[in-house]
Amino acid sequence: MSLDRWIALVILSISLLYSYAAFFTMDQLLPPFMQRNPIWPSTFPKILGVLSILVSAIIVLGFEKNKDIKDGAEIDYRRLFDYNIGQAVFLIVMMAAYALSLRPLGFFISTITFLTVSGYALGERKIFRLFFIIAIASFIIWYLVEQVLGIYLRPLPSIF
Amino acid sequence: MLEGLLIGLETAFSLKNLFMVIGGCIIGTFIGMLPGLGPMSIIAIMIPVAITLGDPSAALILLAGVYYGAIFGGSTSSILLNAPGVAGTVATSFDGYPMARAGKAGKALTIAAISSFAGGTIGAILLMIFAPALSSVALLFHSAEYFALMIVGLSAIAAFAGSGQVAKAILMTLLGLMMATVGEGALFNMPRFTMGLMDLQSGFSFITLAMAIFALPEAIFLVLNPARAAHSESGKIENLRITKQEAKSIAPVIGRQSAQGFFIGVLPGAGATIASFLGYAVERNIAPEHEKKEFGKGSIKGLAAPETANNAACTGSFVPLLTLGIPGSGTTAILLGALIALNVSPGPRLMTDEPQIFWAVIISMYIGNVVLLILNLPLIPYIAKVLTIPRTFLIPFILFFTLMGSYIGQNNSTELLILVGLGVCATIMRFANYPMAPLLIGFILGRMLEDNFSRSMQLYDGINFIVERPMTMILLLLAAFLVVLPYLRLAKSKKTD
Repeated sequence: MSLDRWIALVILSISLLYSYAAFFTMDQLLPPFMQRNPIWPSTFPKILGVLSILVSAIIVLGFEKNKDIKDGAEIDYRRLFDYNIGQAVFLIVMMAAYALSLRPLGFFISTITFLTVSGYALGERKIFRLFFIIAIASFIIWYLVEQVLGIYLRPLPSIF
Repeated sequence: MLEGLLIGLETAFSLKNLFMVIGGCIIGTFIGMLPGLGPMSIIAIMIPVAITLGDPSAALILLAGVYYGAIFGGSTSSILLNAPGVAGTVATSFDGYPMARAGKAGKALTIAAISSFAGGTIGAILLMIFAPALSSVALLFHSAEYFALMIVGLSAIAAFAGSGQVAKAILMTLLGLMMATVGEGALFNMPRFTMGLMDLQSGFSFITLAMAIFALPEAIFLVLNPARAAHSESGKIENLRITKQEAKSIAPVIGRQSAQGFFIGVLPGAGATIASFLGYAVERNIAPEHEKKEFGKGSIKGLAAPETANNAACTGSFVPLLTLGIPGSGTTAILLGALIALNVSPGPRLMTDEPQIFWAVIISMYIGNVVLLILNLPLIPYIAKVLTIPRTFLIPFILFFTLMGSYIGQNNSTELLILVGLGVCATIMRFANYPMAPLLIGFILGRMLEDNFSRSMQLYDGINFIVERPMTMILLLLAAFLVVLPYLRLAKSKKTD
């Protein structure tokens, strides 16, 4: 089964869960006075749920004849290991780590670490130049966000 | 109209807004030139900055400037590198790149700039004529018609989806609509599909979603396939001049493609890509036999046609956004989301209730086009240096700006994890060629669609509004036709085969 049908299968499962919630759980929470309304909070989701089940089923069952994905997609997922998949996964992990460290470590430590390690992982070997540029850029960005835009960004860990 | 125009002139020519449009055009050109980064990604990254400005006119002017700049920048990388930054400038590379290879890069860039300027300016004039007329018609619409109109807009996305892509486009739209129902809706005041998570109480953030489905996959694709970020090895860009004869030869092309591109841009779901390809095809077909052979080998007409058409289409796509509040493309969907975040409701009332926004945006289009022509063209050889930034610097910074944009918008670290999760899902979907713009359009229109649907249901005590309001019925039939249209086209082509 091709990737687009697998994805449609995942969306079909989500749609089934969504429809189950819309049909069987939402209306129980409805106050009695709202039950006289022609429209309930579950009405629109019910329509969407049914439609998405139908459309995703069309793709899963292969009713819509598809061109080979390779022809249209920018990356051939069948040859994923021919691309820089390791770097991509590492950067995704780094982003998640950045998300988790931004508050406890503060903006400067987490940003400089994230950008330096990512740059290094992508092949940059002039570490001092990289670190120097990133440090200056981080300060400029922090200044713009904090001082110009007025959005609070904790610069250093909370212990400072 | 004259009064509104004067208000627009006053707003657009204020020092702050002039700075916004000039800044937007330059930023857009810089980033748009980077292969792999389209206007949707750039606008998504710029949204938090625009929203923080707090002034809807300034925000929209900035984003519109970025949009124009990005299209112009995309053309530059198409011509110099044969690496279009966006789908809308792919056709530009057909003749632009051969010209650059033949040592006429400067001339190609000048033709692209003049064509973009003319397409954008003529488009703005047409927008000025048609938008008020459409607004006054749309004022007669009630919630039932709005509901039906949004269905037409969403169905048009399917109609213009490529072969074998119709069901995927519809599914993505439905997924966007489903995501819009998560959280506490204004109409019912009760949480839906939050799974008990406090972070989902106010629903998904549109900035996070826009970043996750456009900017993040673009960056991951640049990592996966470094060839996408091919860097310039070209030498100097010299001789920006074009001859009188060349100007004469492209003038009718510019005239035709400005009008054609504009009207294609107005259609929801069509946009700059279809306009540029169609523009190229039309000009090739009507060209005299000896000129036809030049297409694909460095024809100036072949370069002027898509460049004019895509810029006119960009302007045209503002018509449904400003007059009906319905985005016809992913880019205008992001702009609509930004306006909603700034408490502005685009639609027919925008022209009367907020004329300073409506007209200032139109006036800023003229200014933006002039800026791109007189400021960017002489600066192109310098701006093109951006193409030499190594990917080891470029990609981490793209990822960082994506994360920062989402964080600034919500000031919440959980939002960053949602961004990464959605970004990974969007990347996998793009492997399988799922279109992402319909998801965002569905998400942005979702709440409005449900509100109008609910209001109509309450007013007419059920779905009677479909029968009792003929315009609603006609629009819904049109929507049904648009969904079926690709299959009819397919059946017809099979028959002729």
